[in-house]
Amino acid sequence: MDLRKTEENIFKGLMIASTLAIALCTGLILVTIFVKGFSALSIDMITQTPKGGFYLGKEGGILNAIAGSLYLASGATFLSFCMSMPVVVYMNVYAKRNSGFVSLVRFFLDIMSGIPSIVYGAFGFSIMLLLGLRASLLLGIISVAILIFPLMCRAIDEIFKMIPDELGDVSYSLGATKFETGFKVLVRQAMPGISTAILLSFGRAIGDAATVLFTAGFTDSLPGSLLRPIATLPLAVFFQLGTPVAEVKERAYASALILTIIVLAISIIARFLCRKFTVHIIK
Amino acid sequence: MDLKSHISVKNLNVYYGAEHALKNINIDIPDRRITAIIGPSGCGKSTLLKSFNRLVDSIEGVKVTGEVSVDGENIYGPDVEITHIRKKMGLLSQRPFPLPMSIYDNVAYGPRIHGTKNRKVLDETVEKYLKIAHLWDEVKNRLNKPASKLSIGQQQRLCLARGLAVEPEIILGDEPTSALDPKSSRAIEERFMELKNDYTIVIVTHILRQAKRLADYVVFLYLGELIEHGPAREIFENPKEEMTKEYIKGIIS
Repeated sequence: MDLRKTEENIFKGLMIASTLAIALCTGLILVTIFVKGFSALSIDMITQTPKGGFYLGKEGGILNAIAGSLYLASGATFLSFCMSMPVVVYMNVYAKRNSGFVSLVRFFLDIMSGIPSIVYGAFGFSIMLLLGLRASLLLGIISVAILIFPLMCRAIDEIFKMIPDELGDVSYSLGATKFETGFKVLVRQAMPGISTAILLSFGRAIGDAATVLFTAGFTDSLPGSLLRPIATLPLAVFFQLGTPVAEVKERAYASALILTIIVLAISIIARFLCRKFTVHIIK
Repeated sequence: MDLKSHISVKNLNVYYGAEHALKNINIDIPDRRITAIIGPSGCGKSTLLKSFNRLVDSIEGVKVTGEVSVDGENIYGPDVEITHIRKKMGLLSQRPFPLPMSIYDNVAYGPRIHGTKNRKVLDETVEKYLKIAHLWDEVKNRLNKPASKLSIGQQQRLCLARGLAVEPEIILGDEPTSALDPKSSRAIEERFMELKNDYTIVIVTHILRQAKRLADYVVFLYLGELIEHGPAREIFENPKEEMTKEYIKGIIS
């Protein structure tokens, strides 16, 4: 009896320890960017484009990167979602469950999520060279969409796998096709999971620097065309942090703070909107 | 009792991989009567029921041979439109499964996928079938609320209304009262008694008393084999097979 109690205490302790470790890391990161970046944070920072010497200037703001990142991450999340839904519905509705082909697709998706983002960047870059294109918002969106596709696909897939077969049977027994069953019934049931998957993917998309380094380029101006380069927040942080000038480094931390706030704000808004979709879920 | 047949089963065999779940079944299910499929659990009752609307198809590794004819058409034939077959049958499962949408949309789902778009027609359909299922008075003021918020008994009546809304000829019930409280069970049984004048009803049940209360015709299965079938009175009062006698007396179960 005592042994079981000890066992329980050990695991409880481990759980608390890992929670604390994660909270501590998150806290330290937030404190670091806050302490180092808050003084450089100003209204100009989020309302102006950089002034005074390309993107390393001490004046102006990083509106170019904020807008660029939002465009890029939204575009990539949307594109990736459009690619993921048919794949997931095929795997869970059309294909026989646990068929060899579906297992193979899942296996490849898992491998794809393990590939470092710089490899996706390099892949996008080589395609770009092959076709003789220049770095642009569009190429950035495509590359990042490919980067987050396996993550999003598998996240939604896991949700679909949890839906009981009976729910599909209900729809079939009313004479529905697989298409209707998949897109009108199962998608609704999977809605909370789908929104979480979109959120995770959006976070990954907006935070990734390596993929956009070669494919989206960088610029001081606001995004205006799909075919022109854009600035992104992670790269703004990266470039500013790489300078020896103290003021510019400070601005890097301020940029990181803005990026974190954007991700946080979007999570909160999405959670809030998500409630609206979940009222009909069958538990 | 001279009965017209609605579903006709000929030499039906169902295999789950190596398991022979239904062995050479031959029966005629009478038109506009309640037929109860009885037998101990694992005897193939649900499999037989699911082979009527081809839901067995979605089970992994399943193989079906033989014929099931509905209105004279073999539903396992090569040119059969499966959605058309299923539209003819409403299904009630063991546990009610409302669709993840509002009460209204649950009932309207079937008519909508079969092409009804007119809001007025849909309103009338929803009201009509919720009334038939005796649910209308309880939900008429909250049609847009989630179906998942209803009690289990109400959900099962909603599922009945939803099944009826596609205007089937046949109602299939797979132990439709087994998850319900006695009062809700009775409500479902009463609906069946009302509906049997217009529909062919087939229910699977392991409750003998329920079969006695409801059934006009009884099919007794044991370990995948059809032991005996016939009008309810004959089966319950004067069974021919020894095994049926023992099952009805409660010696085997």
